[in-house]
Amino acid sequence: MLLLLAMALFALGLIGVIVRRNLLVMLMCMELMLNGVNLSLVTFAQQTSTAAGAVLVFLIFVVAAAEIAIAIPIVLVLVRQRRTLDADAYTELHG
Amino acid sequence: MIDTFLANLDTALLFVFALSALVGAALMLVLRHPMQVAMALISTMVFLGGIYGLLGVHFIAAFQVLIYVSAVMVFMVYVIMLLDVRDESFTHRFSQWVLPGIAFGTVLFAVLGYGLLLGVDDIATTTVSFGLAQFAAAFLSEYWLQFELTSVLLVAAVVAALAVIKGSRGRDRG
Repeated sequence: MLLLLAMALFALGLIGVIVRRNLLVMLMCMELMLNGVNLSLVTFAQQTSTAAGAVLVFLIFVVAAAEIAIAIPIVLVLVRQRRTLDADAYTELHG
Repeated sequence: MIDTFLANLDTALLFVFALSALVGAALMLVLRHPMQVAMALISTMVFLGGIYGLLGVHFIAAFQVLIYVSAVMVFMVYVIMLLDVRDESFTHRFSQWVLPGIAFGTVLFAVLGYGLLLGVDDIATTTVSFGLAQFAAAFLSEYWLQFELTSVLLVAAVVAALAVIKGSRGRDRG
């Protein structure tokens, strides 16, 4: 059941990243995906009674903190240039 | 009756927490204002922390609340308050990728669920058999390299954040 919940959280986060337009909401959906992965890791650690899963969860905490510490300044710089949080407004790399 | 209720309290609470976390995650997709989305995400994270506590990994539950809810999400809420831009993304919250996105997510869920059906069998929800002492020993004796690598990653993240801010300031001046 918990693995099912982890899968659902990951899939919902992925849908959110694709479907929403707001940059901050997309970032938060990525956090939701990380949370789903964390839940699956904890469940696996519980199934196998080893500490490896819990160690990985800790490393993911650190990676999530680092990710948000980089992503937020990037969003701030983008908004300062264009005054919008709409992801569709940033199409310089559009082919 | 009270006795059976108390005996099954753990499982019942687990179901309630899981359902609430799922509802919070689903609400994230449909709510309009980023602050509401952040509140839904915070509730999901707190319920996940409750699940971790019920599973017996109390230290991960504590760090879920301490790091995710306190550090990451407070940062997020702060930035949302800083950038209250009412633009196109506020009036039209969905991009043109709604249907492909939902279809892709559903396919992903189906594939993962199929793999789950084929692979691991479901286990009863018991508390874990390793404690904080065993975790700490494994963390610092077996996984010390990964631990050091994450500290390098943190330093790199701090430097990168400073570089992003500095670089944009230089561009503004020039």
